[in-house]
Amino acid sequence: MTFDKKLTVSASPHLRNGVTTTGIMLDVIIALFPASAAAVILFGYRTLAVMAVTIASALLSEYITVKILKKPGTLSDLSAVVTGLILALNLPASIPLWMAAIGSVVAIVVVKQFFGGLGQNYVNPALMGRIVLFVSFPAAMSKWTNALAQGGVEAVTTATPLALLKDLGAGNSVSELAAIGSLPGLWQMFCGVRPGSMGEVCIAALLFGGLYLLVRKVISPAIPFAYIGTVALIMLIAGKGDLNFLAYEIMGGGLILGAFFMATDYATSPANTKGRIIFGIGCGIITSVIRLFANMPEGVSFSILLMNILVPHIERITAVKPFGTLKEPKKKKGEAK
Amino acid sequence: MSLKRTGVIRKAAAKPRGGVAVAHHKNTADMPAERLPAPPTVILPMQQHIGAPCEPVVKVGDTVGLGQLIADSERPVSVPIHASVSGKVTAIGETPLPNGVISPSITIESDGEMRLFEGIAPPKIETKEDFIKAVRDSGLVGLGGAGFPAHIKLNTPPGKEVDTLIVNVAECEPFITVDYRECLDNSWDVLSGICTIREFLGIKNVIIAIEDNKPLAVEELKKLAANSCNAKENIQVTVLKSRYPQGAEKVIIHAVTGRKVPPGKLPADAGCLVMNVASVAFVARYLKSGKSLTSRSLTVDGSAIAEPKNVRVPIGTDIGYIIEHCGGFKTDPYKLLMGGPMMGLALIGPNIPLLKQNNAILAFSANDRRTKTERPCIRCGRCVKACPMLLTPFAIARFARTDNYEKLEPLGATACMECGCCAYACPSGIPLVQYMRLAKSMHSEQEAKK
Repeated sequence: MTFDKKLTVSASPHLRNGVTTTGIMLDVIIALFPASAAAVILFGYRTLAVMAVTIASALLSEYITVKILKKPGTLSDLSAVVTGLILALNLPASIPLWMAAIGSVVAIVVVKQFFGGLGQNYVNPALMGRIVLFVSFPAAMSKWTNALAQGGVEAVTTATPLALLKDLGAGNSVSELAAIGSLPGLWQMFCGVRPGSMGEVCIAALLFGGLYLLVRKVISPAIPFAYIGTVALIMLIAGKGDLNFLAYEIMGGGLILGAFFMATDYATSPANTKGRIIFGIGCGIITSVIRLFANMPEGVSFSILLMNILVPHIERITAVKPFGTLKEPKKKKGEAK
Repeated sequence: MSLKRTGVIRKAAAKPRGGVAVAHHKNTADMPAERLPAPPTVILPMQQHIGAPCEPVVKVGDTVGLGQLIADSERPVSVPIHASVSGKVTAIGETPLPNGVISPSITIESDGEMRLFEGIAPPKIETKEDFIKAVRDSGLVGLGGAGFPAHIKLNTPPGKEVDTLIVNVAECEPFITVDYRECLDNSWDVLSGICTIREFLGIKNVIIAIEDNKPLAVEELKKLAANSCNAKENIQVTVLKSRYPQGAEKVIIHAVTGRKVPPGKLPADAGCLVMNVASVAFVARYLKSGKSLTSRSLTVDGSAIAEPKNVRVPIGTDIGYIIEHCGGFKTDPYKLLMGGPMMGLALIGPNIPLLKQNNAILAFSANDRRTKTERPCIRCGRCVKACPMLLTPFAIARFARTDNYEKLEPLGATACMECGCCAYACPSGIPLVQYMRLAKSMHSEQEAKK
């Protein structure tokens, strides 16, 4: 056969599946859409401005750092959009826009690019951005707006449900407090009609998005289930079996947002299932300890942050041996070392 | 039933570990292998097996008959080569192999008669040793793709006991259907081969392992197993989930017996012998006729092939000749593969001889190009989940790239069989298989230093 065409010669495999990094990021954005839409409905159009500012400043700071560091462009992978959006959802609706921008810049420049860019960061960029804002501007970061407030978004310092519970002391007449009206009802908690960060309040929307990620196999169920399960177990014991208390603790604060969208960040969580379960349980324990004993009603951000730092160690102890590796015989007691 | 009674076979932990779901594309499943007219010349490379290359035992100008021994080697891991057409030896030179290695080779010009060599007679076999020698003399290598000498496989190392023969009909690579056709078209050879191997090696259990995307073959094999043997000589047909790489030796052993072959060990260490179904059927035919391995069936398919089909051709036939007999190229091929799309070798051109172990020729047009932009690893863990050997490809790739042997060593990259699942699944388009190969070569370098 005479043949003069040029053929492509490359190493096997010659097939690839259709999943791409950009596709994964797009899936995360889609999954965050219900929560973002809920934020707009619950807290008004100002939330759109906050999201726009965080996303735009994330993209811009990514663009500039990549240019300065002379690295290949990474805007098209959409990871900066995800960081910006998650950061926005972690902020109060009334946050000054310049503060929101600072959060994004810290997240992208310091946390992500200084450590080597996509996939190299040790802690979740959006989470770190939020924590930096939280410790730098505590007042603005804890000015909560009432959801569906009449007369526009006037920032009022309102206590979040978890803060109310904290003052109350665990295990005491949650239902009484709800009956008086200072604590939102469970349905209000579920739908998001309560003070809190823009994206953390509407549990229904978050679960919808989380389910989407699970179905699309973007995230594995190990982390969210281990995390939420651990918090539930500890709160059940702490609340002496009070299911109302339990429900408020699960839906309150950023637990659902954190468990599905932040603790599952690939770069900052273990890559194998066993490690993911340990990671999730660790997050759950720290969150519960902070909520129950520390001087803070929340705890999701710090717990994920602390566990992020432990990921290399978790991966070391959960490393899976190659298929069929024989177990080393256990040394008998008394045997010389 | 008897298998359960003997207690040898634990309940199969057939849950697949790792692997990926690839589209099957078994387009040629309904086509029995078509015998092509003999090619005008064949080129027989001296290296058609894993092991030492053969030395020619014929000279230029010699007249040879079909099946005549033309090259052999004294070395233990080596398999003789036989004339695949009758005619005249016209050259003893060199030819490129699919993997780019240049191998010495013998060229035979066909006289078009396919005249059998006079000396051919069924081998006389009385003992296990006779049997293994006969298999070696037949020129058989594993017909499933790896080209491992069959007589080495059959010769259980001393001190190890093989109690289970697994006949591999998984055929998990997309497009390829020759093993499937072997079950349908030559099922009695398969059965006869099984009985022979079992008898001479004294193997208790026989399991035919097949993927569930071949229901007709499953039916045929079950019928065969039921008809043939008494209760003591049970043949079990185990239907496995279709999942790549179900047919890989260690994977299939685990899937059907629940036993694990440790890294660096052989199937015999788990008491198993795994043979490709076409190899088993060939053994039966050889013992009956004495005709050595001179031709084989293969699948010719892919979007650039005009008439995809299964063909039977002499070993050493030019691949271009085979493609011409399948209607030639329908569109310009961008990639030409020898073997399946997951593990096959990309060829530089069609003028390469067919080897004993090549079970497919696939040609794809540019529309089937499957590439991803390479981006940084995001540690998503998809490669970890896909790896049937439970490795951590992304970490291995990282330390191979940074030449960090200290960190690389405990990750056990040598267990990698290069099935390609990690690279198939990677969303960042990282050429993980190449990094695995790099890591494996770093391991062997360090081993050599010791």
